[in-house]
Amino acid sequence: MKDTLYDYLLILGDNPLILGHRLSELCGHGPTLETDIALTNLSLDLFGQVRSLFQYAAAVKGGNATEDSVAFLRSERGYKNAILLEQPNIDFAHVMVRQFLYDAFNLPQLEQLVKSKDKTIAAISAKSIKECRYHFRFSSQWIRRLGGGTEESHRRVTNAINVLYPFADELFNETMAEQKMKEVGIGADLAKIKPIFVNEINETFNEVGLKVADIAPRIAKGKEGLHSEQLGHILAELQYMQRAYPNMQW
Amino acid sequence: MWPLYEIFIRTKNGLEHRHVGSLHAADPEMAIENARDVYTRRQEGISIWVVESKHIAASNPEQQGELFDPAKDKIYRHPTFYKLPDELENI
Repeated sequence: MKDTLYDYLLILGDNPLILGHRLSELCGHGPTLETDIALTNLSLDLFGQVRSLFQYAAAVKGGNATEDSVAFLRSERGYKNAILLEQPNIDFAHVMVRQFLYDAFNLPQLEQLVKSKDKTIAAISAKSIKECRYHFRFSSQWIRRLGGGTEESHRRVTNAINVLYPFADELFNETMAEQKMKEVGIGADLAKIKPIFVNEINETFNEVGLKVADIAPRIAKGKEGLHSEQLGHILAELQYMQRAYPNMQW
Repeated sequence: MWPLYEIFIRTKNGLEHRHVGSLHAADPEMAIENARDVYTRRQEGISIWVVESKHIAASNPEQQGELFDPAKDKIYRHPTFYKLPDELENI
Protein backbone atom coordinates (compact mmCIF):
# COMPACT_ATOMS: atom_id res chain seq x y z
CA MET A 1 0.00 0.00 0.00
CA LYS A 2 2.82 2.38 0.92
CA ASP A 3 4.65 1.51 -2.29
CA THR A 4 1.51 2.02 -4.32
CA LEU A 5 0.88 5.43 -2.76
CA TYR A 6 4.50 6.34 -3.50
CA ASP A 7 4.11 5.29 -7.14
CA TYR A 8 0.88 7.24 -7.39
CA LEU A 9 2.54 10.38 -6.02
CA LEU A 10 5.26 9.99 -8.64
CA ILE A 11 2.65 9.82 -11.40
CA LEU A 12 0.99 12.96 -10.01
CA GLY A 13 4.30 14.78 -9.52
CA ASP A 14 6.33 13.78 -12.57
CA ASN A 15 3.85 15.30 -15.03
CA PRO A 16 4.23 18.83 -13.63
CA LEU A 17 7.97 18.26 -13.05
CA ILE A 18 8.70 17.41 -16.67
CA LEU A 19 6.23 19.94 -18.10
CA GLY A 20 7.65 22.60 -15.78
CA HIS A 21 11.14 21.77 -17.00
CA ARG A 22 10.05 22.10 -20.64
CA LEU A 23 8.51 25.50 -19.88
CA SER A 24 11.64 26.59 -18.01
CA GLU A 25 13.65 25.95 -21.18
CA LEU A 26 11.72 28.87 -22.69
CA CYS A 27 12.86 31.34 -20.04
CA GLY A 28 14.36 34.22 -22.02
CA HIS A 29 13.10 32.74 -25.30
CA GLY A 30 9.37 33.55 -25.16
CA PRO A 31 7.86 35.10 -28.30
CA THR A 32 7.25 38.39 -26.45
CA LEU A 33 8.42 39.74 -23.10
CA GLU A 34 4.93 39.35 -21.62
CA THR A 35 4.51 35.77 -22.85
CA ASP A 36 7.98 34.89 -21.63
CA ILE A 37 7.07 35.98 -18.10
CA ALA A 38 3.73 34.18 -18.34
CA LEU A 39 5.33 30.86 -19.34
CA THR A 40 7.91 31.14 -16.57
CA ASN A 41 5.09 31.79 -14.11
CA LEU A 42 3.32 28.63 -15.25
CA SER A 43 6.57 26.77 -14.77
CA LEU A 44 7.02 28.10 -11.22
CA ASP A 45 3.43 27.17 -10.34
CA LEU A 46 4.12 23.63 -11.52
CA PHE A 47 7.37 23.33 -9.56
CA GLY A 48 5.54 24.50 -6.44
CA GLN A 49 3.05 21.67 -6.90
CA VAL A 50 5.87 19.21 -7.51
CA ARG A 51 7.62 20.24 -4.29
CA SER A 52 4.50 19.59 -2.20
CA LEU A 53 3.93 16.21 -3.84
CA PHE A 54 7.56 15.12 -3.55
CA GLN A 55 7.90 16.25 0.06
CA TYR A 56 4.97 13.97 0.74
CA ALA A 57 6.42 11.21 -1.45
CA ALA A 58 9.72 11.42 0.46
CA ALA A 59 7.87 11.15 3.78
CA VAL A 60 5.94 8.13 2.49
CA LYS A 61 9.14 6.48 1.29
CA GLY A 62 10.98 7.18 4.55
CA GLY A 63 14.68 6.59 5.11
CA ASN A 64 16.95 9.22 3.62
CA ALA A 65 14.52 10.27 0.90
CA THR A 66 14.05 14.02 0.38
CA GLU A 67 12.13 16.06 -2.18
CA ASP A 68 15.45 16.56 -3.98
CA SER A 69 16.37 12.88 -4.08
CA VAL A 70 12.90 12.08 -5.41
CA ALA A 71 13.15 14.78 -8.09
CA PHE A 72 16.76 14.39 -9.15
CA LEU A 73 18.13 10.97 -8.27
CA ARG A 74 15.94 8.49 -10.06
CA SER A 75 16.98 6.77 -13.26
CA GLU A 76 14.97 7.27 -16.44
CA ARG A 77 12.83 4.19 -15.90
CA GLY A 78 11.87 5.52 -12.49
CA TYR A 79 10.08 8.56 -13.93
CA LYS A 80 6.33 8.15 -14.31
CA ASN A 81 5.30 11.16 -16.38
CA ALA A 82 3.10 10.67 -19.42
CA ILE A 83 5.06 10.92 -22.66
CA LEU A 84 2.98 13.92 -23.78
CA LEU A 85 4.70 16.12 -21.20
CA GLU A 86 8.26 15.38 -22.36
CA GLN A 87 7.57 16.38 -25.98
CA PRO A 88 9.84 19.23 -27.09
CA ASN A 89 9.09 22.93 -27.62
CA ILE A 90 9.05 22.75 -31.43
CA ASP A 91 7.24 26.07 -31.73
CA PHE A 92 4.82 28.17 -29.68
CA ALA A 93 1.86 26.18 -31.01
CA HIS A 94 3.40 22.94 -29.67
CA VAL A 95 3.98 24.61 -26.31
CA MET A 96 0.37 25.74 -26.07
CA VAL A 97 -1.23 22.53 -27.36
CA ARG A 98 0.83 20.42 -24.92
CA GLN A 99 -0.20 22.78 -22.12
CA PHE A 100 -3.85 22.82 -23.13
CA LEU A 101 -4.12 19.03 -23.34
CA TYR A 102 -2.52 18.67 -19.91
CA ASP A 103 -4.66 21.41 -18.33
CA ALA A 104 -7.88 19.99 -19.79
CA PHE A 105 -6.94 16.66 -18.20
CA ASN A 106 -5.51 17.96 -14.94
CA LEU A 107 -8.33 20.32 -13.99
CA PRO A 108 -11.02 17.61 -13.76
CA GLN A 109 -8.42 15.34 -12.14
CA LEU A 110 -7.81 17.90 -9.40
CA GLU A 111 -11.55 18.41 -8.99
CA GLN A 112 -11.68 14.76 -7.94
CA LEU A 113 -8.49 14.85 -5.89
CA VAL A 114 -9.65 17.71 -3.66
CA LYS A 115 -12.08 15.10 -2.32
CA SER A 116 -9.40 12.44 -1.89
CA LYS A 117 -9.52 10.37 1.27
CA ASP A 118 -5.83 11.13 1.65
CA LYS A 119 -5.88 14.48 3.48
CA THR A 120 -2.45 15.55 2.21
CA ILE A 121 -3.32 14.89 -1.44
CA ALA A 122 -6.62 16.71 -0.93
CA ALA A 123 -4.86 19.74 0.57
CA ILE A 124 -2.17 19.89 -2.13
CA SER A 125 -4.87 19.60 -4.80
CA ALA A 126 -6.96 22.37 -3.25
CA LYS A 127 -3.96 24.69 -3.51
CA SER A 128 -3.00 23.53 -7.01
CA ILE A 129 -6.46 23.75 -8.52
CA LYS A 130 -6.51 27.56 -8.43
CA GLU A 131 -3.26 27.66 -10.35
CA CYS A 132 -4.51 25.04 -12.79
CA ARG A 133 -7.72 26.99 -13.44
CA TYR A 134 -5.57 29.90 -14.51
CA HIS A 135 -3.33 27.66 -16.64
CA PHE A 136 -6.39 26.25 -18.38
CA ARG A 137 -7.76 29.72 -19.02
CA PHE A 138 -4.38 30.84 -20.37
CA SER A 139 -3.79 27.85 -22.66
CA SER A 140 -7.38 27.56 -23.94
CA GLN A 141 -7.42 31.24 -24.89
CA TRP A 142 -4.16 30.80 -26.76
CA ILE A 143 -5.62 27.82 -28.64
CA ARG A 144 -8.50 30.08 -29.71
CA ARG A 145 -6.15 32.86 -30.74
CA LEU A 146 -3.87 30.57 -32.72
CA GLY A 147 -6.77 28.69 -34.30
CA GLY A 148 -8.66 31.86 -35.19
CA GLY A 149 -5.61 33.96 -35.98
CA THR A 150 -3.68 34.00 -39.22
CA GLU A 151 -3.36 31.30 -41.83
CA GLU A 152 0.06 30.46 -40.49
CA SER A 153 -1.00 30.25 -36.82
CA HIS A 154 -3.90 28.01 -37.83
CA ARG A 155 -1.57 25.77 -39.81
CA ARG A 156 0.93 25.54 -36.96
CA VAL A 157 -1.63 24.79 -34.27
CA THR A 158 -3.23 22.15 -36.50
CA ASN A 159 0.16 20.57 -36.97
CA ALA A 160 0.85 20.59 -33.23
CA ILE A 161 -2.54 18.98 -32.52
CA ASN A 162 -1.81 16.24 -35.03
CA VAL A 163 1.55 15.54 -33.41
CA LEU A 164 0.53 15.80 -29.75
CA TYR A 165 -3.09 14.70 -29.48
CA PRO A 166 -2.27 11.02 -30.09
CA PHE A 167 -0.12 11.15 -26.92
CA ALA A 168 -3.04 12.40 -24.81
CA ASP A 169 -4.66 8.99 -24.67
CA GLU A 170 -1.99 7.74 -22.29
CA LEU A 171 -3.24 10.09 -19.58
CA PHE A 172 -6.36 7.93 -19.34
CA ASN A 173 -4.71 4.50 -19.41
CA GLU A 174 -4.99 3.35 -15.84
CA THR A 175 -1.81 1.96 -14.34
CA MET A 176 -1.84 -0.50 -11.45
CA ALA A 177 -1.07 2.27 -8.96
CA GLU A 178 -3.85 4.50 -10.29
CA GLN A 179 -6.34 1.67 -10.20
CA LYS A 180 -5.52 0.71 -6.62
CA MET A 181 -5.58 4.29 -5.38
CA LYS A 182 -8.92 4.86 -7.10
CA GLU A 183 -10.37 1.78 -5.44
CA VAL A 184 -9.49 2.98 -1.93
CA GLY A 185 -10.83 6.48 -2.60
CA ILE A 186 -7.44 8.20 -2.68
CA GLY A 187 -6.84 8.50 -6.41
CA ALA A 188 -8.85 9.96 -9.28
CA ASP A 189 -11.12 7.91 -11.53
CA LEU A 190 -9.60 8.47 -14.97
CA ALA A 191 -12.60 7.02 -16.78
CA LYS A 192 -14.75 9.84 -15.39
CA ILE A 193 -12.27 12.46 -16.54
CA LYS A 194 -12.11 11.36 -20.15
CA PRO A 195 -15.57 12.52 -21.31
CA ILE A 196 -15.02 15.90 -19.61
CA PHE A 197 -11.66 16.16 -21.35
CA VAL A 198 -13.00 15.20 -24.77
CA ASN A 199 -15.91 17.58 -24.45
CA GLU A 200 -13.68 20.48 -23.39
CA ILE A 201 -11.22 19.88 -26.21
CA ASN A 202 -13.91 19.60 -28.87
CA GLU A 203 -15.73 22.68 -27.65
CA THR A 204 -12.61 24.84 -27.77
CA PHE A 205 -11.43 23.42 -31.09
CA ASN A 206 -14.86 23.81 -32.73
CA GLU A 207 -15.01 27.48 -31.84
CA VAL A 208 -12.09 28.23 -34.13
CA GLY A 209 -12.43 25.55 -36.78
CA LEU A 210 -9.84 23.17 -35.38
CA LYS A 211 -10.42 19.48 -35.05
CA VAL A 212 -8.85 16.39 -33.66
CA ALA A 213 -7.38 14.50 -36.58
CA ASP A 214 -8.43 10.93 -37.05
CA ILE A 215 -5.11 9.52 -35.91
CA ALA A 216 -4.83 6.40 -33.80
CA PRO A 217 -3.63 7.00 -30.23
CA ARG A 218 0.07 6.42 -29.62
CA ILE A 219 0.92 3.40 -27.57
CA ALA A 220 2.67 5.14 -24.74
CA LYS A 221 3.73 3.80 -21.38
CA GLY A 222 5.49 6.72 -19.77
CA LYS A 223 3.51 6.26 -16.58
CA GLU A 224 5.11 2.80 -16.30
CA GLY A 225 8.59 4.18 -16.93
CA LEU A 226 8.94 3.52 -20.65
CA HIS A 227 9.78 6.86 -22.21
CA SER A 228 10.49 8.43 -25.56
CA GLU A 229 14.01 9.44 -26.52
CA GLN A 230 13.20 12.92 -25.18
CA LEU A 231 13.32 12.18 -21.47
CA GLY A 232 17.01 11.22 -21.40
CA HIS A 233 17.95 14.64 -22.74
CA ILE A 234 15.72 16.34 -20.19
CA LEU A 235 17.23 14.37 -17.31
CA ALA A 236 20.77 15.08 -18.47
CA GLU A 237 20.07 18.75 -17.83
CA LEU A 238 17.65 18.39 -14.92
CA GLN A 239 19.93 16.11 -12.91
CA TYR A 240 23.28 17.59 -13.84
CA MET A 241 23.95 19.50 -10.60
CA GLN A 242 22.98 16.67 -8.26
CA ARG A 243 24.94 14.15 -10.30
CA ALA A 244 28.05 16.33 -10.56
CA TYR A 245 27.93 17.53 -6.94
CA PRO A 246 26.04 14.87 -4.96
CA ASN A 247 23.98 16.25 -2.06
CA MET A 248 24.79 19.83 -3.00
CA GLN A 249 22.44 22.46 -1.61
CA TRP A 250 21.67 25.99 -2.69
CA MET B 1 3.01 44.36 -33.34
CA TRP B 2 0.30 44.04 -30.73
CA PRO B 3 -1.37 47.22 -29.50
CA LEU B 4 -0.34 48.88 -26.26
CA TYR B 5 -2.53 48.66 -23.15
CA GLU B 6 -2.42 50.82 -20.04
CA ILE B 7 -2.68 48.82 -16.83
CA PHE B 8 -4.43 49.89 -13.64
CA ILE B 9 -4.18 47.85 -10.43
CA ARG B 10 -6.19 48.13 -7.24
CA THR B 11 -3.98 47.05 -4.34
CA LYS B 12 -6.74 46.48 -1.82
CA ASN B 13 -10.45 46.98 -1.27
CA GLY B 14 -11.42 50.59 -0.79
CA LEU B 15 -8.47 51.99 -2.68
CA GLU B 16 -8.68 53.25 -6.24
CA HIS B 17 -7.15 51.58 -9.29
CA ARG B 18 -3.78 53.17 -9.98
CA HIS B 19 -1.85 53.31 -13.19
CA VAL B 20 1.16 50.97 -12.91
CA GLY B 21 2.49 50.83 -16.47
CA SER B 22 1.75 49.54 -19.92
CA LEU B 23 2.29 46.40 -21.94
CA HIS B 24 1.51 44.83 -25.31
CA ALA B 25 -1.31 42.35 -25.88
CA ALA B 26 -3.40 41.08 -28.77
CA ASP B 27 -6.75 41.61 -27.02
CA PRO B 28 -8.11 42.86 -23.67
CA GLU B 29 -8.24 39.38 -22.14
CA MET B 30 -4.61 38.79 -22.95
CA ALA B 31 -3.82 42.23 -21.53
CA ILE B 32 -5.41 41.21 -18.21
CA GLU B 33 -3.45 37.96 -18.16
CA ASN B 34 -0.21 39.67 -19.05
CA ALA B 35 -0.86 42.32 -16.42
CA ARG B 36 -1.51 39.59 -13.89
CA ASP B 37 1.84 38.01 -14.70
CA VAL B 38 3.86 41.19 -15.04
CA TYR B 39 2.38 43.41 -12.32
CA THR B 40 0.77 41.20 -9.65
CA ARG B 41 3.19 38.32 -9.19
CA ARG B 42 4.27 39.67 -5.80
CA GLN B 43 0.70 40.06 -4.51
CA GLU B 44 0.42 43.68 -5.60
CA GLY B 45 -3.22 43.59 -6.50
CA ILE B 46 -6.76 42.30 -6.17
CA SER B 47 -8.24 43.87 -9.28
CA ILE B 48 -7.00 44.80 -12.74
CA TRP B 49 -8.31 47.28 -15.30
CA VAL B 50 -6.86 47.47 -18.78
CA VAL B 51 -7.55 50.01 -21.48
CA GLU B 52 -6.04 50.23 -24.90
CA SER B 53 -3.70 53.20 -24.87
CA LYS B 54 -5.26 54.75 -27.99
CA HIS B 55 -8.52 55.27 -26.09
CA ILE B 56 -6.87 57.60 -23.62
CA ALA B 57 -7.21 61.27 -24.49
CA ALA B 58 -4.27 63.19 -23.11
CA SER B 59 -3.48 66.82 -22.54
CA ASN B 60 -0.91 68.35 -24.84
CA PRO B 61 2.43 69.10 -23.16
CA GLU B 62 2.71 72.27 -25.29
CA GLN B 63 -0.43 73.60 -23.63
CA GLN B 64 0.95 73.25 -20.12
CA GLY B 65 1.08 77.01 -19.78
CA GLU B 66 -2.54 77.74 -20.49
CA LEU B 67 -3.78 74.66 -18.66
CA PHE B 68 -1.81 74.74 -15.45
CA ASP B 69 -0.09 78.07 -14.95
CA PRO B 70 -3.26 80.02 -14.03
CA ALA B 71 -3.52 77.96 -10.81
CA LYS B 72 -0.08 79.05 -9.68
CA ASP B 73 -1.07 82.37 -8.08
CA LYS B 74 -4.23 81.07 -6.43
CA ILE B 75 -2.67 79.76 -3.28
CA TYR B 76 -5.93 80.44 -1.40
CA ARG B 77 -7.24 77.24 -2.97
CA HIS B 78 -4.95 75.24 -0.70
CA PRO B 79 -6.48 74.60 2.72
CA THR B 80 -3.35 75.79 4.47
CA PHE B 81 -4.81 78.80 6.27
CA TYR B 82 -6.68 76.97 8.96
CA LYS B 83 -5.32 76.36 12.42
CA LEU B 84 -6.23 72.81 13.38
CA PRO B 85 -6.84 72.06 17.05
CA ASP B 86 -4.31 69.57 18.43
CA GLU B 87 -7.07 67.16 19.49
CA LEU B 88 -8.02 66.51 15.88
CA GLU B 89 -6.69 63.26 14.55
CA ASN B 90 -6.62 61.60 11.17
CA ILE B 91 -6.54 64.75 9.09
